[in-house]
Amino acid sequence: MANSFSSSCSPSMKFDFDEKPHVLAADDNLIDRKVIERLFINSTCKVTTTENGKRVLEYLGLADGQHPNHNDLKVNLIITDYSMPGMTGYELLKRIKESPTMKEIPVVVVSSENIPTRINQCMQGGAQEFLLKPLRLSDATKLRCHIKKLNNPLQGGFAGEDDHA
Amino acid sequence: MDSVVLLQRQLVDYTAQLFNEGFLDDQFNQLQQLQDESNPDFVVEVVTLFFEDSERLLNELAKALEQQSIDYRKIDAHVHQLKGSSSSIGAQRVQKVCIAFRNYCEERNIEGCQKCLQQVKNEYSLVKTKLETLFKLEQQVLAAGGSIPWPM
Repeated sequence: MANSFSSSCSPSMKFDFDEKPHVLAADDNLIDRKVIERLFINSTCKVTTTENGKRVLEYLGLADGQHPNHNDLKVNLIITDYSMPGMTGYELLKRIKESPTMKEIPVVVVSSENIPTRINQCMQGGAQEFLLKPLRLSDATKLRCHIKKLNNPLQGGFAGEDDHA
Repeated sequence: MDSVVLLQRQLVDYTAQLFNEGFLDDQFNQLQQLQDESNPDFVVEVVTLFFEDSERLLNELAKALEQQSIDYRKIDAHVHQLKGSSSSIGAQRVQKVCIAFRNYCEERNIEGCQKCLQQVKNEYSLVKTKLETLFKLEQQVLAAGGSIPWPM
């Protein structure tokens, strides 16, 4: 898919529907799913929400017994809550990073608890970023910029360079 | 025209009061900012979800604390949910009680837990009433032909 973005990342940029980044979010809390959805739709992304890690893996075709199908699948960012029943956000992160087909997708872990060992664990595990809940509009805007940079090789951008928060 | 201005002033004052008294925090403002013409009812929708979810959790908590053998992990899981959703909508006082509640769970302190359940029910009931009043005031402003002066 050709990227024809200009080099600035301003909120006034318009995108074709096809070019909207697709965010896949996992959170077991219904209210949080609704807020995440709105945060990213307002930041001009397509959003799919799920309630746990297993659903994310199923969506990506990585669940046990599945064959990964990356023909039509376009996911530009995965956001996962840390504390979820069944599989933590960290465990989900590891599964994604172990997948040859999906490991390039940036994974952001969010948590309501500010626990340094947890944060380190996720960053060591390959998380793009670790954010504290509740998420704010500035978080979504910042992540939106990162997606754009990561998708556009000409930018050579790396998360955290330009902070327009 | 005067009545619109009056109603708007009422709304602004009432909202400020809720923030001053700690019922709401900045996260509520964040939600207001997410609302726009394409999503004019977002805040009411999220808050309504919060009401439904909280009532379910409070029922579960009451049941769990009545059991012969208390399952503290289950109670903690419910309180964690309630803490999360109250934090996400900016219901600060509810969130604060949840933090204390989780500490009592960790200590397996049944009396502390029961006390917190009562407290969280009270705080929930208060913030529910106040948010419903806030939404009513908004409706009055809109009905009088005014617009909602968010964010404040």
